[in-house]
Amino acid sequence: MSRIIVGPFNRVEGDLEVTLDVENGVVREARVSASLYRGFEQLLLGRPAADALAIAPRICGICSVSQSLAAAAVLRAAQPIAPAPNGLLATNIAHAAENIADHLTHFYVFFMPDFARAAYAGRPWHAAAEARFKAVSGAALREALPARARLLETMGLIAGKWPHSLAFRAGGVTRALALGDEMRLRALLADFRGFLERTLFAAPLEAVTALSTIEELDRFADSAAGDFAAFLRIARDLRLEEMGRGPGLLLSSGAYFGPEGHRFPAGLLDTKTGGLREPPLDHIEEDVSHAYMRDTAADPALSDTLPDIHREGAYSFAKAPRLEGRAVEVGALARQAVAGHPLIRDLLAGGGSTVLARIVARVLEIALLAQAMEDWTRALAPSEPYCAPDAPLADGAFVGFVEAARGTLGHWASFRDGQIERYQIIAPTTWNFSPRDAAGAPGPLEQALAGLCVGEDGATNVAVQHIVRSFDPCMVCTAH
Amino acid sequence: MAALERGASGWFEELRGFGIRLLWHPSVSEETGEEARAILARVESGEERLGALCIEGSILHGPEGTGLFNKLSGTGRSMLDWARALAPRADYCVAVGSCAAFGGVPAGAPDPTDASGLQYSGVDMGGALGPDYRSVKGLPVVNVSGCAPHPGWIMETLLALSLGRFTQADMDDYGRPRIFADHLAHHGCSRNEFYEFKASAEDVSERGCLMEHLGCKATQAVGDCNQRAWNGGGSCTQAGSTCIACTSPGFEATRGFHRTPKIGGIPVGLPLDMPKAWFVALAALSKSATPKRVRENARSDHVVRAPTPGAEKKKP
Repeated sequence: MSRIIVGPFNRVEGDLEVTLDVENGVVREARVSASLYRGFEQLLLGRPAADALAIAPRICGICSVSQSLAAAAVLRAAQPIAPAPNGLLATNIAHAAENIADHLTHFYVFFMPDFARAAYAGRPWHAAAEARFKAVSGAALREALPARARLLETMGLIAGKWPHSLAFRAGGVTRALALGDEMRLRALLADFRGFLERTLFAAPLEAVTALSTIEELDRFADSAAGDFAAFLRIARDLRLEEMGRGPGLLLSSGAYFGPEGHRFPAGLLDTKTGGLREPPLDHIEEDVSHAYMRDTAADPALSDTLPDIHREGAYSFAKAPRLEGRAVEVGALARQAVAGHPLIRDLLAGGGSTVLARIVARVLEIALLAQAMEDWTRALAPSEPYCAPDAPLADGAFVGFVEAARGTLGHWASFRDGQIERYQIIAPTTWNFSPRDAAGAPGPLEQALAGLCVGEDGATNVAVQHIVRSFDPCMVCTAH
Repeated sequence: MAALERGASGWFEELRGFGIRLLWHPSVSEETGEEARAILARVESGEERLGALCIEGSILHGPEGTGLFNKLSGTGRSMLDWARALAPRADYCVAVGSCAAFGGVPAGAPDPTDASGLQYSGVDMGGALGPDYRSVKGLPVVNVSGCAPHPGWIMETLLALSLGRFTQADMDDYGRPRIFADHLAHHGCSRNEFYEFKASAEDVSERGCLMEHLGCKATQAVGDCNQRAWNGGGSCTQAGSTCIACTSPGFEATRGFHRTPKIGGIPVGLPLDMPKAWFVALAALSKSATPKRVRENARSDHVVRAPTPGAEKKKP
């Protein structure tokens, strides 16, 4: 048995270290470590409640809107307030822009460059992948980065800037759009659709979101000229549909809350049985047995976050969240599986939650959200309010959930006399990259790496890179 | 990651156009794990020249001075240790963001990780590298503050450094590039007319000035936020979301970002350089002169009364 430490594990957001115990070329056990702790939950205590809107988003430079919205959701839960419908729509447009930007960054900047590595020099697709996707110098970046920047102009219009805007409130957003703003929004969405239909998909968005079986996806891979089809052909050659299988439980708390409920519903899907049910979100617990944390209550509504660097057996600053005692996977795959997208259900039936399914779900979600943004923009009501004023906060314990790009994000807060008494945050990658729990059960990534054949390559095996990055981890959110 | 918004053909093309080579970047470089450690080792030994060391994030000294709240993964060493090892090798050292500059949000009370900036702890010089640190080319740490800093502030500072056009005279008293620190966030604010007449917003999403009631510190914070576009045309104040002075050391100490603290009805934080008596007198005068249009729009979320200047009277 040999132990390999992979770090700094880059092209992810934040600090990540992965330790692999390898025996006869096969990963026996993996341990994933979040190596940064800043203490945001401690920083929030004793502040006026609304300060969460300024502090929480600063956990992360790329999930900022999601953190703002979770804070707004927990504040909304604590006051009798009916958000302005325009405010919910504008919030969803901005949130979708952030989430698409994250998906796009993941695809072009974090994930695809691994196929340009010298390790694949013998593959027939390698020269093309290198020209198009190589880190920093690939031709695709010259198109994808400006398209991402143009999409983020949504933030200039709705939230003033990105990241870290105070525009997102319990009652909506602080800026009301006028007719000219709405037209600018439509123009930039049209630009973004153009990029997607020319470059990423080389096909109409509607044709992409209508793909419903693995066979149709295969035909798309062979007939389309875009970057997504290029990925699909590489994935077929490398058998990414067999790589990095997760725990099989997929959770979504419900995404994009609007005047008519969630655009993508909440649910817990067991991929082994196909069973889908309401997620038991009041049965979330956090285990600190392998975290650099002092013992505390398991219920996030009652727990503290106090670090203990000397804790015996600890290897990560992340706590281990569990739903009814089990590790679950969150993210675009979970959202679209729970929402019942037929292509995603077919991929899960074929191989479970794997590298291929995660990437396809993420890219598919870009197409779904680009269309949703157009719908929400059309639904804006001219001259109607964008924000309902705050009402006095009730004392007590409250919770707010949103779906960030990477999955379920929860904020648990207790307020007393308008001040924050407790604050707990469980971020998507806290779920996906959780350490072991007291029973020794590994987290989703740790499960996905176990059993991988790395042969003589050890840590430099490219499959390790694919599996880890397929989750699109955000480590600064993970331990915060 | 803010820098990724730069450039008509993307940030990487912009860097290439100026001959700037990214030696290693945790979010975008191909090299990972062992390959990345090898690059860091070459820089540390002096084998590889380092034009600029750009650091993002507070430097964490805790627990107990070990720095172990932030290890650079895979190296077993803290970022505190790495910053001290690499900064002396760099032609220039750049703190990207208010965390790396001054400590930022993590340094707020109760400062759970003993956080500082590279060369400042809040307003005090010192930080991780100490007050006497100078880079190879003789500059203290260049503090591109902001939470987050504008992509333009980062890129223009790097360009000026790479072209040898940036000297100590181009930094303000807190080491911030005068590229943005010569201005106040207030300059060019789209709410200027409301400010002039002290026609103030009193609740969220109203169009009036945010200073009197809603916590806006744009008259006290450096930044050209309202002179250059953020994300194609926005700014915090334009979005009604209040300036929290994120370019300033210690901005995180505020309690109640959304409310203006007052004594005797007068905001505690007055515009920089402005004598209090003058402010009070001018405010009273301008309030009494506020046009109806300005007064009504200040309390509305949409424009309810458009300007109808006499000079534009229709000819019969």
